[in-house]
Amino acid sequence: MKKISLLIALFALSFNAAQAKEWKHIRFGVEGAYPPFSKTEADGSVTGFDIDIANALCAEMEVKCTLVKQDWDGIIPALLGRKFDAIIATMDITEERKKKVAFSDKYQHIPARFVALKGTDFQPTKEFMAGKSVGVQRATTMDLYISDNYPNAKIKRYGSADEAYLDLKAGRLDYVMADSAAIADGLLAKEDGDKYEFIGPKLNDPKWFGEGAGIALRKQDKALKVKLDSAIAAIRADGTYKTIQDKYFTFDVYGAAQ
Amino acid sequence: MDLSIIVNQYSLYLNGLWTTIWLVALSLLLGLFIAVPAGILRSSNNWFVKGPIWFYMYFFRGTPLLIQLFIIYYGSAQFDALRESWLWEYFQEAWFCALLAFTLNTGAYTAEIVRGVIGTMDKGELEAAKAYGMSAWQTLRRITLPNSLRRALPAYSNEIIFMIHGSAIAGVVTIVDITGAARVVNARYYAPFEAYFAAGLLYMCLTFSVIYLFKKLEASYLQQ
Repeated sequence: MKKISLLIALFALSFNAAQAKEWKHIRFGVEGAYPPFSKTEADGSVTGFDIDIANALCAEMEVKCTLVKQDWDGIIPALLGRKFDAIIATMDITEERKKKVAFSDKYQHIPARFVALKGTDFQPTKEFMAGKSVGVQRATTMDLYISDNYPNAKIKRYGSADEAYLDLKAGRLDYVMADSAAIADGLLAKEDGDKYEFIGPKLNDPKWFGEGAGIALRKQDKALKVKLDSAIAAIRADGTYKTIQDKYFTFDVYGAAQ
Repeated sequence: MDLSIIVNQYSLYLNGLWTTIWLVALSLLLGLFIAVPAGILRSSNNWFVKGPIWFYMYFFRGTPLLIQLFIIYYGSAQFDALRESWLWEYFQEAWFCALLAFTLNTGAYTAEIVRGVIGTMDKGELEAAKAYGMSAWQTLRRITLPNSLRRALPAYSNEIIFMIHGSAIAGVVTIVDITGAARVVNARYYAPFEAYFAAGLLYMCLTFSVIYLFKKLEASYLQQ
């Protein structure tokens, strides 16, 4: 009996400890293959808008920050598997993802768009898109949007947006769909990028693209969410956010209206 | 554990299974057409015959299959001459690049198996063939090849299994094979255990079918 009560006490103690965990050190999962939000430099370090935001948030919360690089399609399982504590990777807040993870308030919102070789025809209809090859990054909101709206298109799914750009340049794809800012930086601003252009409308239907991108967390880490939400509000208020934004973009990346 | 995910997506998995089967089967068949002549000629004494085959076998056995696939798929797109030629019609297709990489890869490995079994032919049988007055061609066709290919069976069944497992990398160039299907399912439901476990089961079924078939094949060959 004594043993059991001791066990229960121990269990309760550890439970309490987990509940009241003081966040001194936050490990952020980042992708490192989605410029300008997240890219890997020649020396292996990761830089970009997402990374600067993560560092600003940590400075605001006065905690230690570590970045962990993880491929996109394993990034949610890795969070759940405790490889890191939060994901900052331009992840749209969607209903499907909310079943697995919790999100902070949004920290940016950028519409998705199609890009194609200049002069390519485009109509956003099922009939027109039938048999057209479209490249998307696997497990993104773009992937779901194309799969649901143009199921008869030839959908090609890539591990990273960079691979999709390669195949667009190789002529294997008619269109690529990604975040407009990512396309602008990762394709249009690069060598030969002037041969390509945005095509079709800006897409931000909340059914697929959610209400913006947030920081994904494990559902039980409620204290961390509160901390991050107030930190996001704080860097928005004190101008840190705008400084970081202006480093990468010439437009407002927080609002949906652009 | 939510098995309903797999049940709901069974058609995706079945399509993936079919893609894996035809891709691997066709690669193995075409690879065999490369391997048998290459394996025989590898034992030639003429360096102009032996040299290129030696190089081919060492290149494809000396580099990872994934690198070969990247060179053929992403690398080929870099050459304008290729992109403007009629060949591009094939090279732009992911399935063709995967088929080419797998064929050349299995061709090199199988050629090594063929070379090995021919090199270890029983000298007595060859001498007997000579004593019967058979020509070199006749000896090859009637004695060396049937005997060698029979002895190559166990090693070759291994090569088939390696090829089935190696084909899992086809997914990185957008082909939806078994692994590709699992990745699509994982992407949608964020359930890596269920998604990849189902893929593992399918690969296991394929592998055991091959093992079973070869057991039968070996038994019937040994009776002859």
